[in-house]
Amino acid sequence: MSDELKTPLLDELEKGAWPSFVTDLKSMAGKSNMVKDLLRQLEKSYRDKRGYWKHGGLVGVMGYGGGVIGRYSALPDEFPGVSHFHTLRINQTSGWFYTSKALNELMDIWDEHGSGLLNMHGSTGDLVFLGTVSDELEPTFRAVTEKGWDLGGSGSDLRTPSCCVGPARCENACFDTMALTYNITHKYQDELHRPMFNYKYKIKMSGCPNDCTAAIARSDMGVIGIWKDDIRVNQAEFANYVDSGFNVQEFVVEKCPTKCISVEGKEIKIDNSNCVKCMHCINTMPKALAVGKDRGVAITLGAKAPIVEGALFGSVMVPFMKMEPPFEEFHDLLGRIWEFWDEYGKNRERIGEFIVRIGLATFIEGIGLDPIPQMVKQPRDNPYIFFEEYYKEEEEK
Amino acid sequence: MSTTTERKTDIGPPHYEQFLHPIIKANYGKWKYHETLKPGVLVHVAESGDKIFTVRAASPRLISTNFLRKMTGLADKYADGYLRFTSRNNIEFLLANKDNIDPLIKDINAAGTLVGGTNNAISNVIHTQGWVHCHSSATDASGLVKVVMDELAEYFTSMKLPHKLRIAVACCLNMCGAVHASDIAVLGVHRTPPHIDHKNLPNQCEIPTTVASCPNNAIRPTSIEGRATVKVDEEKCMYCGNCFGVCPAMPIADPLNDGVSIWVGGKICNARTEPMFTKLVIPYIPNNPPRWPEVTSAVKNIVELYAKNAKPYERMGEWINRIGWPKFFDLTGIEFTKYHLDDFKHAGTTYRRSLQNRY
Repeated sequence: MSDELKTPLLDELEKGAWPSFVTDLKSMAGKSNMVKDLLRQLEKSYRDKRGYWKHGGLVGVMGYGGGVIGRYSALPDEFPGVSHFHTLRINQTSGWFYTSKALNELMDIWDEHGSGLLNMHGSTGDLVFLGTVSDELEPTFRAVTEKGWDLGGSGSDLRTPSCCVGPARCENACFDTMALTYNITHKYQDELHRPMFNYKYKIKMSGCPNDCTAAIARSDMGVIGIWKDDIRVNQAEFANYVDSGFNVQEFVVEKCPTKCISVEGKEIKIDNSNCVKCMHCINTMPKALAVGKDRGVAITLGAKAPIVEGALFGSVMVPFMKMEPPFEEFHDLLGRIWEFWDEYGKNRERIGEFIVRIGLATFIEGIGLDPIPQMVKQPRDNPYIFFEEYYKEEEEK
Repeated sequence: MSTTTERKTDIGPPHYEQFLHPIIKANYGKWKYHETLKPGVLVHVAESGDKIFTVRAASPRLISTNFLRKMTGLADKYADGYLRFTSRNNIEFLLANKDNIDPLIKDINAAGTLVGGTNNAISNVIHTQGWVHCHSSATDASGLVKVVMDELAEYFTSMKLPHKLRIAVACCLNMCGAVHASDIAVLGVHRTPPHIDHKNLPNQCEIPTTVASCPNNAIRPTSIEGRATVKVDEEKCMYCGNCFGVCPAMPIADPLNDGVSIWVGGKICNARTEPMFTKLVIPYIPNNPPRWPEVTSAVKNIVELYAKNAKPYERMGEWINRIGWPKFFDLTGIEFTKYHLDDFKHAGTTYRRSLQNRY
């Protein structure tokens, strides 16, 4: 059943200034019955105000437990082109850098084996091949690996790590986000392809506290660049900002969260011992101020969306760690974290929920970290303290 | 296609170095500063004096190979074949030659998309699968993004807001993406409990996992006519849909009642203030495809009030923290209801526990 493509509701989304996914998909509908039926099913969803995809679907490629999201239409007789409409997650490059040649090769594969639709990119970072049939999964996989690409993660595994542009094109990068992302992804291929955890585990790298990958909100483990020494100041450039009429008093000095900046004449003074590295002054005056030279990362753990126990941001486990290849200290910590979470975490319990359930004190003991004030916003404000040691009657005091 | 070659696995992604523009490779980690030349156009200056120009274009994220081939064609024509994607799914062309900027922008516009998304702009909308691919969506994602950004396109192509404004869309409470930490977020919601397919549940679902999936402990194991199944205490159910996520026999979609909610005031960067979660401002707007006019006008109203009232360098959440929530509801004209009052864990921390108030 492949009648005329009539999509009066979706046609409304061809109007307006923003690039229209409908116009784009329609340009494929002549070539591909999959896209045509996707549009027809979507039109029905728009008319009926509900989705028409069946629950779940377990498909994959041999040897892997993740990387493919199975999807079947709930109305296969009406929309045979999308009776199977599986997704393959292709592990993107660090920083999403590509050449035309590489993308064209991937597109040739996808036009041959799938719908020709993509998500550039999924929220975790993967390049997503959107829509193919079960029989094409293995051939697609073979074709992409021939060109040097592999699948990304899905399910209860290490998901595809991703990173900001980092040192490739940013003066604020405090560590090599791209190299660490590549390193982690390759070192833990097994954990990524074969789900072996309690639940998903995401790692994101951001080169500085601006956190352009939203690591503190969207990754179980955030690796966020930071420095320990002084902000580097170019006083001549600062004077240029003052001379240009930029209101440094209102827009920089008064906005500083710790009020550690002062201006004397055309000179800026920063009390770095009181600076919390928020990035604001550096963001506003990138020509005059730059991150320090003693650089490393802070490690945050536990960010997640609401389900089940409520949304969490990552919290600081390690306020500063050096981050140079081969990243041994980092891998050692990650190993201890995975081991402890794997041993004591519950089924479908994200590490953030696990930490809250057992308590931060128990967790850091389990992974071999000492408590430090940088781990908390404030000490506890209730007196319900578990003591582990107390005097017994007969003991010498 | 050859099938005689050995099957490769565990090769991971290719090394990024082969995809870096020569200027980027030469100045990797040695950048001095950057400037925004105009909306959507950046220049990065290296310590060596080298410059790389970036032109940022909008993408619907859900794209076809037709669209992407147009983009790779432009990269070949103007950027030596080098391009990248941003963490908000925009496309960036990396140019050695400044003279290529304006011709490239012209061609990007001719290809049906926009240049912008830098600095004090509304950049691209982080969003999800919706009715295009997901089984648990309470609304569509691609359509919502399209209609919201049609309404706000002028803010993508300019830099006239007090600060950057991040918008996110998620089609259900799983909140894939950045809904919980954006300046404005549109979130698909259900308003009715799941329907239990008692006949198929024992064969399709693992009951303990289904019971454990509920944030409010509304699900209990039970048996009906000797068959194991579950019951839902509908008083306790707040329609999150997580049970359907683990148990296909508990569908929750309800076209009559599904819709979207609107949230504001989240951020993830550390500049000035700590990261913040988004907070609820509109509990429910019915789905009204294809253009969701009630949603777009609500979002536009919030954006315009923020544009008019916030100070330079104030993000949405910082502005609201300065003026206070009563004033925010007053200015927006949004009705404050019992649904705004938190009643989940630690809800008490959200009550007003001071006399510092505005009248």
